[in-house]
Amino acid sequence: MKRLEGKVALVTGGTSGIGAGAVHRLRAEGAKVVFTGSNRSAADEVCAATGAEFVSHNVRDGAAWDALSERIERDHGRLDFAFANAGTEHGDGSVEDITLDGWENVIGVNQTGAMLTVQHAMRLMSRNPGGAAGSILVNSSMNAHRAMGNFVAYSVSKAAVVALVKSAAVHAGNRKYRIRVNAILPGVVETALIRNLIDTSGDPTATRAAYEGLSPLGRMARVEEIAGLVAWFASDESQFVSGSEYVIDGASTAGMMGV
Amino acid sequence: MSDLGSQRLKGRVALVSGGLRGIGLACVERFLAEGAEVVLTDLEAEDGTLVGETLGRLGQAASYVRANVTSEEDWEAVLDAVTRRHGKLHILVNNAGIDLTGPIAETSLEGWRRIMSINVDGVFLGVRTFVPLMAASGAEVAGGASIINVSSIMGLVGLSEVSGYNASKGAVRLFTKSIALEFAEKKMPIRANSLHPGFVVTPLLKEGFQRWVDKGVAEKPQDLVDLMSSRTPIGRLADPSELASAAFFLASSDSSYMTGAELVIDGGWTAQ
Ligand SMILES: NC(=O)c1ccc[n+]([C@@H]2O[C@H](COP(=O)([O-])OP(=O)(O)OC[C@H]3O[C@@H](n4cnc5c(N)ncnc54)[C@H](O)[C@@H]3O)[C@@H](O)[C@H]2O)c1
Repeated sequence: MKRLEGKVALVTGGTSGIGAGAVHRLRAEGAKVVFTGSNRSAADEVCAATGAEFVSHNVRDGAAWDALSERIERDHGRLDFAFANAGTEHGDGSVEDITLDGWENVIGVNQTGAMLTVQHAMRLMSRNPGGAAGSILVNSSMNAHRAMGNFVAYSVSKAAVVALVKSAAVHAGNRKYRIRVNAILPGVVETALIRNLIDTSGDPTATRAAYEGLSPLGRMARVEEIAGLVAWFASDESQFVSGSEYVIDGASTAGMMGV
Repeated sequence: MSDLGSQRLKGRVALVSGGLRGIGLACVERFLAEGAEVVLTDLEAEDGTLVGETLGRLGQAASYVRANVTSEEDWEAVLDAVTRRHGKLHILVNNAGIDLTGPIAETSLEGWRRIMSINVDGVFLGVRTFVPLMAASGAEVAGGASIINVSSIMGLVGLSEVSGYNASKGAVRLFTKSIALEFAEKKMPIRANSLHPGFVVTPLLKEGFQRWVDKGVAEKPQDLVDLMSSRTPIGRLADPSELASAAFFLASSDSSYMTGAELVIDGGWTAQ
């Protein structure tokens, strides 16, 4: 019996990067997986490779959430794990330069989108046959603790979702739900997005070295290395963990590097 | 469904200090279930009945060395025993620990030094003793060797009349981050992370609760279990196996990008 057999999982932003890695891993461990996003052709590839189910869906759209929740409840009858992973830095900038539209876009996806994911996952899980139970995980970032000067909205939103999971974890406790809510804070992960940033930076070698140098390990994380932690949170291994923030960043934020 | 028995630690050797009971024993059992060979250390004599019974139950893959974590000589003897029996070490759990409670004005220097020597010196000596062997062994396995230092939520937040324990566990937290940075910067294949359990039902906790009862804080230990459960968002205390599942994750290749991190397993206690 595989570790996640019998479980139903939801991954937002699952068509690429960490989200796609999570879909692969959750499927490999036996979970049924519904994932969301907007890139249909990328989604088709993930579906073909994993047998997961895709729903075109925008995390910041409240009405779309009602429809998605109904669909999960109707088709699967339960939800055991939700990974609020969808995120963006589109429109971001420094506090001095960012436009209001840019700010609202990043906060809308990263912060409001994460809140809606936690909200709808908790409502679904609270109605699970056998009692209110499940695991909700939010993908924050090490930037929750180390803010970037040139990405104010991203940094703020990633810090905000740490407070979100703590509030939601305490709420679940107040309601006596066996629903746990946690955040992971990855360092730089070598996704297609980062690779593209490197390739188009003008000086790929220097840009790559800068990303790699953020971790004392001298490298970026591989998507699979984050997916392993995601699967652990989806499994019953993490039953006593709630309201926590797990840093997975190759010691990037453990302290200062030596001189 | 857990990953129990996945054999993901096959071919690996683990050492757990304070492994005869509580969280340490749970880690030993889990590592064995995952295919590792495990050496456990504790204070009991090697020919003692508890040791005999425990090894009889755990089977051939487990062995025991009597060692006080505060003693340099004892750690040398453990290194000797591990080297002779296995020639390698991939996983080190510095788990042995004691607690100390009471008002600061009544805390003796002797008591303070005792908790520092077990909870802090013990972790330092364990790491220092095994770094060379783990650096060599870590190169053989995906994700490298893994040091797991057992701190506590009391290494993250303070509690009244727990000053000595708070100080010792806070030390473990930052000691772990520093060695994680050192190993990473020197490209040594060893990761180091700290575990921060909340309230776990172990002999240590039961004895601590009994002392509170003796002091008149509560009528019986169960009242304290109920009180602490009601103050934990998840509504109950932890089972030692729930700490072992985090130790297993850190011991396995799945945590290969995790170093210098702190894994809090407290049922939401510190989120409030
Ligand atoms: N139980 C909890 O609620 C809790 C919470 C947070 C952290 N912890 C930590 O977890 C670790 C294990 O705690 P536990 O609850 O399993 O305790 P425990 O008392 O049940 O087990 C600890 C083991 O360590 C051994 N030990 C003590 N001093 C030693 C020494 N000098 N040398 C060698 N071995 C020694 C003991 O003999 C015992 O077998 C400790 O570091 C403790 O501080 C426990």
